Amino acid sequence: MKRVPLTGGKMVLTADEQAIETRHLGFTISPHEECAVEEAVRLVEANGGETVVLTLGPAAAEEQLRDSMAIGADRAVLLKTDGVEWDAQATAGAIVDAIRAEEPFDLILFGNESADASNYQVGIRVAYALGLPVVTGLKKISLEGAQVRCECDAGGARDVYVVPMPAVLTVLEGLNLPRYPSVPGRLRAKSKPLAVSEPARPPSQLEKLRLVVPAGQGKQAEILGEGPSAAPRVVEVMQSLGVA
Amino acid sequence: MSDFPASARAVVIGGGIVGNSLAGHLAELGWRDLVLLDKGPFPNPGGSTGHASNFIFPVDHSKEMTQLTLDSMLQYRAAGTLHECGGIEVARTEERMEELRRRMASAKSWGIEDVRLVTPAEVKELVPFLEESVIVGGFYTKSVAVVDSLRFGTLMREQAQASGALQAFANTEVLGIDVEDGRVVRVRTDRGDVETGTAVVACGVWSPRIARMAGASIPLTPAVHQMIDVGPVPRFLSSKTAVDFPIVRDMDTNMYERQDGQGLEVGSYAHRPILHEPDEIPSIAEASLSPTELPFTQEDFELQLEHALQLVPEVLGDESVGIKYAINGLLSLTPDGLPLLGETPEVKGLWSAAAVWVKEGPGVGRAVAEWMTRGESEIDLQSSDIARFYDEQKTPANIKARASEGFNKTYGIVHPAEQWASNRGVRVAPFHEQEQKLGAVFYEAAAWERPHWYESNAKLVEEYGVQPREHEWDARWWSPIINAEHLAMRDRAAMFDLTAFSIFDVVGPGALDVVQQVSARQMNVPSGRVIYTPVLTPSGGFKSDLTIMRMDDETFRVVTGGAHGMVDKKWFADHLNDAARIDDLTSSWCTVGLWGPRARDILASITSDNVSNEGFPFSTWKNLDVEGMGVLASRISYVGDLGWELYVPMGDGARLWDAVAEAGQSHGIVPAGIGVYGTTGRLEKAYRAFGAELDADYTVVEADMAWWKVKDEDFVGKAAHVGHRAAEPVAMLCTLTIDDHVSRSGVKRYPLGREPIVTPAGKPLTDAHGRRSYVTSAGAGPSLGKHILMSYLPPEHAVEGTKLAVEYMCERYPVTVAVVGSKPPFDPDNERIRS
Amino acid sequence: MSTLVFVEPDDDLSLQALAFARTLGDVRAVSLDGAYAPAAWAAAIVSAAQGADTIVAAGSDRGNELLAHVAARLDQPFAANVTRIDGDVVTRIRWGGSLLEEARLHGSPRILTVAPHTHAAEAAGAPIELLVPDASDASPRVLERVEEQAGGVSLRDAKVVVSGGRGVGSAEGFAIIEELAGLLGAAVGCSRVVTSAGWRPHADQVGQTGTKISADLYVACGISGATQHIAGAKGAKKILAINSDREAPIFASADYGVIGDLHEIVPAISAELRKVRG
Repeated sequence: MKRVPLTGGKMVLTADEQAIETRHLGFTISPHEECAVEEAVRLVEANGGETVVLTLGPAAAEEQLRDSMAIGADRAVLLKTDGVEWDAQATAGAIVDAIRAEEPFDLILFGNESADASNYQVGIRVAYALGLPVVTGLKKISLEGAQVRCECDAGGARDVYVVPMPAVLTVLEGLNLPRYPSVPGRLRAKSKPLAVSEPARPPSQLEKLRLVVPAGQGKQAEILGEGPSAAPRVVEVMQSLGVA
Repeated sequence: MSDFPASARAVVIGGGIVGNSLAGHLAELGWRDLVLLDKGPFPNPGGSTGHASNFIFPVDHSKEMTQLTLDSMLQYRAAGTLHECGGIEVARTEERMEELRRRMASAKSWGIEDVRLVTPAEVKELVPFLEESVIVGGFYTKSVAVVDSLRFGTLMREQAQASGALQAFANTEVLGIDVEDGRVVRVRTDRGDVETGTAVVACGVWSPRIARMAGASIPLTPAVHQMIDVGPVPRFLSSKTAVDFPIVRDMDTNMYERQDGQGLEVGSYAHRPILHEPDEIPSIAEASLSPTELPFTQEDFELQLEHALQLVPEVLGDESVGIKYAINGLLSLTPDGLPLLGETPEVKGLWSAAAVWVKEGPGVGRAVAEWMTRGESEIDLQSSDIARFYDEQKTPANIKARASEGFNKTYGIVHPAEQWASNRGVRVAPFHEQEQKLGAVFYEAAAWERPHWYESNAKLVEEYGVQPREHEWDARWWSPIINAEHLAMRDRAAMFDLTAFSIFDVVGPGALDVVQQVSARQMNVPSGRVIYTPVLTPSGGFKSDLTIMRMDDETFRVVTGGAHGMVDKKWFADHLNDAARIDDLTSSWCTVGLWGPRARDILASITSDNVSNEGFPFSTWKNLDVEGMGVLASRISYVGDLGWELYVPMGDGARLWDAVAEAGQSHGIVPAGIGVYGTTGRLEKAYRAFGAELDADYTVVEADMAWWKVKDEDFVGKAAHVGHRAAEPVAMLCTLTIDDHVSRSGVKRYPLGREPIVTPAGKPLTDAHGRRSYVTSAGAGPSLGKHILMSYLPPEHAVEGTKLAVEYMCERYPVTVAVVGSKPPFDPDNERIRS
Repeated sequence: MSTLVFVEPDDDLSLQALAFARTLGDVRAVSLDGAYAPAAWAAAIVSAAQGADTIVAAGSDRGNELLAHVAARLDQPFAANVTRIDGDVVTRIRWGGSLLEEARLHGSPRILTVAPHTHAAEAAGAPIELLVPDASDASPRVLERVEEQAGGVSLRDAKVVVSGGRGVGSAEGFAIIEELAGLLGAAVGCSRVVTSAGWRPHADQVGQTGTKISADLYVACGISGATQHIAGAKGAKKILAINSDREAPIFASADYGVIGDLHEIVPAISAELRKVRG
């Protein structure tokens, strides 16, 4: 699970161009992972067991771990960084070490890709390192005995995989509708266990040099009017575009 | 959309509840060519109005805030934007119940009828999802309501637009406010410049930033109020309205719970104060939600969740009810917790309507519009006047310190005499060290430290047999030493630190015209005279009261109370002509008061100048030589004894203090604090105090301060005042004394002020203008051996000897009307001061 | 220099990737068929890539997945959604395109996918070599493909999408959106706020974590235009925004705007459409 800023309508960078300016921003769990946590909690609610939520991030990521525990995760592991971003390989390596220390697991769920870095690879790398099967981009997960049935969108159809557990699965938003935390859940989350370790960061193999806000599309919307009186003009435009 | 105008009669900046209300009322009052701007969109530009919880509890201990709130409720109701749901302030402790009883008194004093104390069982009946075992009672107000502030603002704006008086522009950013010769001349925006002589800053948390463009200060800080919304609540699914159940304020935990459709909103003022910089508020595009809905900080809300869960476990303990929305909402806090209204003292034509909550928004809109139109408002805004601050109170350090301290008092139990703890010691008298050595207990007035009493006088308590107060609340922020100092003054002499006086000269060939215009009393007096005068509003209410010394033909020295000095100075400045100016001496002069039967002996021992009654009559001033120092002595008294105010430059202050103290030693002089000066000495003499007896609601005639004739010269409020003299007053200011202090539980109680005066049977008194009788001032009269109250009474009750009652903490205590009018209960013929 | 490019048949994004790869030097295009088995396919690509100094695929779901497998297998870094490369420095997109990252790709071979719609597609030209995965590989594979009930116009492929955001106010509020969509033969879309609130299913969501559309016209009603949403909408040729907030970020991405309350404007447009159609 990854802590990401809740961006507004505009990206603003820090002066060193290494990160988004988050002074005014809230943080959240990256959307795909939010569904992953929800799915894990639902699977455990239905089948028993334990949900452990893990993140690699700054100390402040405790907020998202507590959020996860507030909706039902049982405990949390924080791989604490100094706030500098880790590349995907390093992230996967640290997660593998942490998971090995926590085994056994039946399922390891990831978001398909994080909202911010969008590297599309951490879950897959973890699966290779642990020698586990991996299926990605899932919109549905169901347990079938010692196997798990996985479905993902395939343009108007669904591709189905069935893999043995333990397995690594990466999921997409829409897999479920995550619940809001309840007040008792929030209060329980305060006292749930949270283990913190500080892995060493290896050199980046995909080494971020700087971030750039892309030049806007240079669009200055042509205002067709204000209020309902603009409707005829709107229809004219639709006709000119050949859609009305 | 109409073209952006090149000029306007007035530009209102801000499209929240305040700006919209104000623009609407200006239009109703006949203003035309108005422009309203906001940087954000309509109807919700992204300010605090957009995320306000929108509920209104009318009862407040402040008369001014209650009046503004009541007027707002009338306006919301008339516009169809008010939904009455009732509200309960619940108490978890007996101390809070006592505060709720005090709230009952305020309700009665301000004429709010639909309130009652309720038992936990009654609370449960009204709010069935509440856990009654954690509370000991509640204060129920039936008229508590939720309002649609965005809708109301839109209606006001659209009405003004429809009448042709107003053009409104959303998404328009103010880039600058141009000032020439101290006046607003232009508002510059990203759509063009508007020439205007009047600009109103109604920009909520952005107000300081906008005012600074004109070089003015609006001393507020954005601060966080945390709020969550949970739902869906099973019990609310069948609700008929958005709010079926009364709103609950959990006073002891600084929280509230209110239904909002299928959800329950839980808000808090309990967390640590979280202040922001006005310049640091994000733009709409940069914000996660909106500029004033900042990211929720969960850790600040943990304890609050537990508290809320205790009170409404049925809702918040339900695992199916989720926390759907949580914000750190921004609101505005000021150094004293009150709004910032009126024309800024720095810039003519630049008005502030800031630090206003939804509950008082429409009332503020109306009152400020009236003020802009007529120079005064129907509701007296003296406590909210933005001109009230000294520079020392407008510093970022003071704003932050006081806003932080004040935030957690939002639902607090605040004693009427409670002092600020933060940012103290900002301004001190030159003899502050001497005062400290004497064990002075300092209270603050307008950033000045003033001794309220001196611990070194503790021995006098026994000497004069002063009794302590039995109840902790009555004795809080009070000491029997005050009464002892008082008695020593009446017996011997006392010296006072009056350095907090605000002092300024009106100077120039036009000075006489200025002071004549401002003062109700004749100012064309010989040099050397000291005149005490009311200062009236255009409609003849009290704008102030103060003393003026005529220094010479072209110089008048105004001396007024520290707390109101800046407002007075602005009022004089507003009436200046081209041939007069104001020189402020407040920071360069200090004052020692010396009163008591031995005062003349003491003064005579340190000056060779003639200080006899003949040589230095009452109501005059003279320059004296005191041990080589030039001392301006003014023979007046606010405590009812012979004596002087002694003025010297700050640099001579310590020497003067020492000289008086040393000379007084053999006469038994004591240092005495403001407890005597402001309360006991004054009340025994029935001297009125501005802000207590004197405000714009009452007239000179009602206060029984009309002098023998109205001067021929014109002055502000003259016509109204002449009218008041011709009519029978519908209320008279009276002095009452308490006959029996013993409560039902056998404890002697001492009202502190603002309590309702009722008939012995408990019926409130209301005068022909609808004003309730309430205690304007309360305090000991040690020389009378009585606890003194002042109150305006309707004529049928304003009869000496009439038996009435004061209601204090929901119990009635019998009182007698001792004096009708201004005749002093102590030394009625003023022999002492004229001796 | 030689680049191995994974190409999917009939896939425009693959042809874009191929065009990108050609700018790097010699290209060898490969493909696979049969039941999709990401690990096995990746193994085949790795075998075929012996000697290649760059491995490229389209920045599609499958391209990103396969090259992540390839990179994991080779324990080399992988840069997803690259827009340009200069030696070992790549520019890649983050946040669905709202932000770019310049990064040094230290590995060998260079493994990267090409961000969609950043390079014009070119015809395959040279024949595409068909690779054969190891038949004995037991890694996960697609066991069946379940066709889904076609439910109206597909969001991804619709010519017109009419979409609603927070400003719509409720699930019921979408009636006017649906009405207009019906008149235009359009798909109904929504923002993430709407799906999180449960007003619409996630399948309707346009955005970085929802569907990325490619309509001729996108009508965004009451959508502020958070970056996460624009990431899904910017594939549209034209965007018309209806919003009460003239400063809403959506107008910086839109071609046309109407200022005002969507609850009045959207029905007015529907009424006007009916009127012009008689």
